[in-house]
Amino acid sequence: MRTIEYKKIVDAVKEMCLEANYDLPQDVVDGFKKGIAQEESPLGKSILEQCLENAQIAKDERVPICQDTGLSVFFINIGQDVKVDGGLLKDAVNEGVRQGYKDGYLRKSSLDDPLFARKNTGDNTPAIIHLDIVAGDKLDITLAPKGGGAENMSRLAMLPPSAGEKGVIDFVVDTIVKAGGNPCPPTVVGVGIGGTFEKVAYLAKKALLWPLNAPNPDERYDQLEQRILHRINNSGVGPQGLGGNITSFAIHIEHHPCHLASLPVAVNVNCHAHRHAHRVL
Amino acid sequence: MANPKKITTPLTEETARSLKMGDEVLITGTIYTGRDAAHKRLCEALEKDGKLPVELKGEIIYYVGPSPAKPGKAIGSAGPTTSYRMDAYSPVMIQKAGLRGMIGKGERSEEVIKAMKEKGAVYFAAIGGAAALISKAIKKSTPILYEELGPEAVCKYEVEDFPAIVATDSEGNDLYKEGPKKFKKA
Repeated sequence: MRTIEYKKIVDAVKEMCLEANYDLPQDVVDGFKKGIAQEESPLGKSILEQCLENAQIAKDERVPICQDTGLSVFFINIGQDVKVDGGLLKDAVNEGVRQGYKDGYLRKSSLDDPLFARKNTGDNTPAIIHLDIVAGDKLDITLAPKGGGAENMSRLAMLPPSAGEKGVIDFVVDTIVKAGGNPCPPTVVGVGIGGTFEKVAYLAKKALLWPLNAPNPDERYDQLEQRILHRINNSGVGPQGLGGNITSFAIHIEHHPCHLASLPVAVNVNCHAHRHAHRVL
Repeated sequence: MANPKKITTPLTEETARSLKMGDEVLITGTIYTGRDAAHKRLCEALEKDGKLPVELKGEIIYYVGPSPAKPGKAIGSAGPTTSYRMDAYSPVMIQKAGLRGMIGKGERSEEVIKAMKEKGAVYFAAIGGAAALISKAIKKSTPILYEELGPEAVCKYEVEDFPAIVATDSEGNDLYKEGPKKFKKA
């Protein structure tokens, strides 16, 4: 059994909050550069150039890329030979978020109750934590801050199996076209297919963790991704929804076995501030 | 930006009506901030007292909830939030309070556009996610109402050359509809 100190997790999470919100990952920077070369709308191209300039300012001045520094969504793989010493893993993650969002001058966007009081918790906690137990003695932490604008445009459908591939494609494309400029395109699209009602939403969010240009390891799903991306970028929505041919940078699909009566599909939309930070402890 | 038009606040109806869909503009002067929670309170005050607790005739509201300012800075990152959440309140603000402009992102409802046409108001898009870049144009921020709302409080911003795009003009021409039509492929 390997022991990891509570404080080590707190410190790592704190650092990750700053890094994710200040430093746009290189794959997304490259996505912008490619988009600028390919965008047909002059206004669209100007928008993409300003977004790239924005990322550079954020990196140089250590300020948030976007003022919506999101809810703090974590995917954590904990090796079954790891023990956290000095407290609970969940508490360590929340403490790291608390410190990171305070010290990093990041916006606190978490409300204590969704319907009645809607009072800001003041420290961006609680974090949303997806935990998986895996083999080994490492703690693998990914943070993906998630802004409200893009999250609000996400959708889920329990399609009849007869809807098939066409039904899936139409649902994903329709979600992105209807969202227009609201989720801050160019977007990154995470799609979950299969599982159950709650599993498919998780898969869609998890699909957003793939690097921008990573091909799907399953060739059938890789081709499906390319077909959907082609249709999305032919829709005309464009950067910020003001017209153009770069509506999404990428789409990634996670699939899972499902019930014989079901074809669940979920679309989790992310904005162009496609932020991540990753640590292995 | 290609040949941006420079405009100053408050906007006259004439200036507002001269702006056309797709124009890139640089805004200088005072603008006001407000999001859903503030709009709800403003509209309640308007209904109850017949006037707003702040004069917005001819003014522009920016839909923004900035990140906290670092020490020595006027403002944190300050890009636009999605505008449809204000659609329920904007017609009243335009018709009864004389609001002349709104800055946000994303499409507006038919009701908002109808009020804009009637009164000569403009809807500007700022680039969502370009929050660090936009913050450079904001020279001063003063909270004036509902400070307890935190990032959602109403503030007065002094801006210089704030970059925006005329998304919907006072004739109702809407770039969120026309732009995609132009670039749509079979």
